[in-house]
Amino acid sequence: MELDNAKKVLEVSHLKQYFNMGKKDEVKAVDDISFDIYEGETFGLVGESGSGKTTAGRAIIHLYQPTSGSIKFNGQEIVGLKDHKKMQQFRRDMQMIFQDPYASLNPRMKVKDIVAEGIDINHLAKNDDDRSKQVADLLATVGLNRDHASRYPHEFSGGQRQRIGIARALAVQPKFIIADEPISALDVSIQAQVVNLLKKLQRERKLTYLFIAHDLSMVKYISDRIGVLHYGRMLEVGTSDEVYNHPLHDYTRSLLSAVPVPDPEYERTRTQIKYDPKYEDGSKKRELVEIVPHHFVQCSQDEIPMYQERAKEMGLSVRA
Amino acid sequence: MQSKENILEVNHLKINFKTYAGTVKAIRDVSFNLKKGETLAIVGESGSGKTVTTRSIMGLLANNAVVAGGNVLFHGQDVLKMSQRELENLRGAKIAQIFQDPMTSLDPTMRIGRQIAEPLMVHKGVKKAKAMAQALEMMKLVGITDAENRINDYPHQFSGGMRQRIVIAIALINYPEILIADEPTTALDVTIQAQILDLMRELQDKIETSIIFITHDLGVVAGMADRVAVMYAGKIVEFGTVDEIFYNPKHPYTWGLLSSMPTLDTNGDELPSIPGTPPDLLDPPKGDAFAARNSYALKIDTEKEPPFFKVSDTHYAATWLLHPDAPKVTPPEQIIERQKKFAKMQQQLEDKKLHHKVEETEEQP
Repeated sequence: MELDNAKKVLEVSHLKQYFNMGKKDEVKAVDDISFDIYEGETFGLVGESGSGKTTAGRAIIHLYQPTSGSIKFNGQEIVGLKDHKKMQQFRRDMQMIFQDPYASLNPRMKVKDIVAEGIDINHLAKNDDDRSKQVADLLATVGLNRDHASRYPHEFSGGQRQRIGIARALAVQPKFIIADEPISALDVSIQAQVVNLLKKLQRERKLTYLFIAHDLSMVKYISDRIGVLHYGRMLEVGTSDEVYNHPLHDYTRSLLSAVPVPDPEYERTRTQIKYDPKYEDGSKKRELVEIVPHHFVQCSQDEIPMYQERAKEMGLSVRA
Repeated sequence: MQSKENILEVNHLKINFKTYAGTVKAIRDVSFNLKKGETLAIVGESGSGKTVTTRSIMGLLANNAVVAGGNVLFHGQDVLKMSQRELENLRGAKIAQIFQDPMTSLDPTMRIGRQIAEPLMVHKGVKKAKAMAQALEMMKLVGITDAENRINDYPHQFSGGMRQRIVIAIALINYPEILIADEPTTALDVTIQAQILDLMRELQDKIETSIIFITHDLGVVAGMADRVAVMYAGKIVEFGTVDEIFYNPKHPYTWGLLSSMPTLDTNGDELPSIPGTPPDLLDPPKGDAFAARNSYALKIDTEKEPPFFKVSDTHYAATWLLHPDAPKVTPPEQIIERQKKFAKMQQQLEDKKLHHKVEETEEQP
């Protein structure tokens, strides 16, 4: 993708999400992160548990009221937005697919009502026939058939439930989908099916994805660009090939070295890089700096030359 | 490794579960063995029967389970016929298990030192003071920092990775002959996972235990296993050494598993995937259970279950594709790449052997 001319759909700047503010157990779940997502791309957010990736996703879709910072969607500021109409439009444009397909579907609702909930709220169906037709179309899109509409969630397997979750998200014709670990709860043989479905939908409907996951190989495969989160801060952002092939930050290097690869010969010689969080200790003001074109690393002013040196060692052209 | 004795043999094991809906045939004729000091990985998706298999080894089957056939021989003695008391002497002493979720497998109301020492006191009758001293040693061995001060802490005061270390310490304190690790790192982050796997390898060298490693993560298998058994719908469909399974797989299900997992080098628009879902074991399909999802399925697959075909002395696969009369098929691209690597490795091995032979003959007068 040509990043220089691409249109920004989502602009997140200095987003902070704190919990229990001012109390002893204050948690800075997301601590001043900034990134942009371009139209039609998949942005992968990776990090270990507790890194704040899920909180970031939930703050962006406004399930939380952010502590501070700005979230712009198609140029419209979302934080503190009071206009009810605009807010409802935003909620239609941005949808979410959740991690656990067993917990995210109401067990007392039939599939057709789960899928059509957004259609009903947004008055997108002209009449009952239209509603049924839309549901049937959506189910067909995600690879289920129309007979499934009158069944309950417990009658489906994990992979099928995740398809229902995807159909529900698509029902209101969103432009942007946040997928929070959409495949972690699924079996290996089913994961690939769901990933292929997500990719197909993206091509057909020109969707933009924020893909949150801890499975690094899957994130690399599905994403155009990647952001690495640690302790609520964004440490490195770049195209997925750049981040994986030429990681600049120590944490990214350590994280990648820990990924097990299905290749015994490689595994026998793999050494894990130990991470020393000295470039993250909070003693200095650190911001994302563009070291290589479109490849950012969180660092302070005096650390820039070090990362530039690293980039040069890997044969990359450094940004002046 | 081949010369080593089998400490565990599972022969033609069949286990059914009685449910309201009918009889679920969870394990349908499973046989394998475990040698001293080796790591056997059992791979498969949920419902394939890997956990039930290991539970039968521990004598931990649910009340509605029926052993419909076969036996589990531990040093020649059938575990399935043991009395409760005999089983109690086995569990935690000779065969120990690490469970998947470190958050729920520890007693939240018991100090961890005591929990680690308990198996010693119960099984070996060691006095408390001595057992606690050994527990402290074990804590240091599994890498719990500041062990002296933490021995009296409760589980909730530890992180997930540390809790899994505690679980490992409990499992290993009696130096068991067999350690069953059921998805021991699935609940952990990759960096912590790497540490725990390193720890397990290190401890295995030290106390020479055999490990049965259950997982769905082929990356973990590649790094841990000596031999691999692939399970599907209550059966083992392929088994062999780790190199044979990863570089020369023969069963289409193994092909599907290996190619549907992206590696850091995978690119392209579509990930190869296995279509459909596993069969319902309430009513297993006739013939090969994988046939419905198998794009390489032959006509005979829907009629008759394939037996094991021998690939090498250590490598067997249950697919009709290996029958001499079967048509030649081209495996997925990724598998061909893997097979090329295998051929190269075999060649290197041959060269080495040849080299040795030449040297030997030269030495002889």
